[in-house]
Amino acid sequence: MKFPIYMDYHATTPVDPRVLEAMMPFFTEKFGNAASRNHPFGWEAEEAVEAARKQVADLIGANPKEIIFTSGATESNNLAIKGAAEMYREKGNHVITCVTEHKAVVDTCKKLEKLGLRVTYLPVQKDGRISLDDLRAAITDKTILITIMTANNEIGVLQPIAEIGAIAKEKGILFHTDAVQAVGKVPFDVTALKVDLASISGHKIYGPKGVGALYVRRRNPRVLLAEQISGGGHERGMRSGTLNVTGVVGLGKAAELCRLEMAKDTERLRTLRDRLSEALHGSLDEIYINGSMEHRLPHNLNISFAYVEGESLLMGINDVAVSSGSACTSASLEPSYVLKALGAGDDLAHSSIRFGLGRWSTDEEVDYVVDKLTKVVRRLREMSPLYEMVKEGVDLSKMQWVSH
Amino acid sequence: MAYSNKVVDHYENPRNVGSLPKDDANVGTGLVGAPECGDVMKLQVKVNPETGVIDDAKFKTFGCGSAIASSSLATEWLKGKTVDQALAIKNTDIVAELSLPPVKIHCSVLAEDAIKAAIADYKKKQDELKGAKPAAQHAQPSA
Repeated sequence: MKFPIYMDYHATTPVDPRVLEAMMPFFTEKFGNAASRNHPFGWEAEEAVEAARKQVADLIGANPKEIIFTSGATESNNLAIKGAAEMYREKGNHVITCVTEHKAVVDTCKKLEKLGLRVTYLPVQKDGRISLDDLRAAITDKTILITIMTANNEIGVLQPIAEIGAIAKEKGILFHTDAVQAVGKVPFDVTALKVDLASISGHKIYGPKGVGALYVRRRNPRVLLAEQISGGGHERGMRSGTLNVTGVVGLGKAAELCRLEMAKDTERLRTLRDRLSEALHGSLDEIYINGSMEHRLPHNLNISFAYVEGESLLMGINDVAVSSGSACTSASLEPSYVLKALGAGDDLAHSSIRFGLGRWSTDEEVDYVVDKLTKVVRRLREMSPLYEMVKEGVDLSKMQWVSH
Repeated sequence: MAYSNKVVDHYENPRNVGSLPKDDANVGTGLVGAPECGDVMKLQVKVNPETGVIDDAKFKTFGCGSAIASSSLATEWLKGKTVDQALAIKNTDIVAELSLPPVKIHCSVLAEDAIKAAIADYKKKQDELKGAKPAAQHAQPSA
């Protein structure tokens, strides 16, 4: 086993060696600018970019012409939301999103509010999913865009995307989804899901960092976006800037591998994730899974270990890379807003760990993590005044705490 | 975030973890913080009523590594100090000793609060013992 063990595949993934191999020539001998139309260097680069466009399109059931390359999913989200809001401003001024979206969506929506648009942030239910009734109720004749993520980055919960797509279609509203955590991991088809815009990231699917894509529907309806980066008119005028050819080639190859290996990977990871969950439940009491298990990415597990604070837990398993919703692991001193939105209580948000399994996770690693975590949780509970109080029969929710 | 060696040491080998009998008149208990804030400290002192010296100190903490280290260090410092000396411990002393970064200063503040709360609890118990009990009963506010 190699240490430290990596179980944070939602944060990023290593580049698959096959992806790197595909990219290598484009750093050196095939260095052309894909926009150079009048010599072989440019043609070669352009050909590679178009092949990658097709690879990405094939993964999500799109036409290659509907793929816009960007610097990453944060840019894709910005382009989709700001670009649509600006383009369709005359049609309406209302956007619907949800409270558990990634910051790249939430903060982009906040920016729109500053510019005078109205944004509805739908709550989520206890299982982490939005209610379709809430969505229907939020729609007005001024609604121009619905943006709801496919899979959440912390709890891995899958939103009812096909149902949202159907409602958006019925009402004639554009539907964007931040599909970063889902694409390449679970089946995602833009036609079946009736998605108009979808954000994709390279480094979440074993491709390189610094490259992403935005799917922009060309038919029924033809979606137009106001460009957010102006310049030479690359990418159908929606995103100027010389293409990151090596990155694009890597993203394409990564997408192809995901398409070919998804079924096998998904099955393996689901088994591994269930092994992790069952073993933890077998060895520890009072642990709680955050979010729906039924509608969830196969490689995600997010668990709260009651009476133990997340950062102290991470400190005890410092040879394992995972992340926590605890405030102490972030600069903001606020616990995860995603977990808070589930309504489980801030104390459980502080006690959470997110496990993200991936292409190179093994049974051996899972067993090691379970063993180590069990020891650390038991040790920290012995040290926890909350655990002691509960064992003495104190109801923590009825205590008068002195907040600070 | 990298932890200082001293924080790691207190986290891995916490001093004086445990509980003292909270109904003992010579034991003062401080419980500060809140679960929803991500840290709760319980700090207890056992004082020799003859000398006013803290004979024993114990803690239990729900919190990050720096919170655990701050309370562990506090119990170490408390032992052998008089009650008045204990009240002179400042959170900045803990920050300096553990090299806490700015985002962890609240952990040291909580430890100082815990010390003050434990000693206040001890003093209250002692006052009640010294015959203040009947007086307190007669001194019921009328309004």
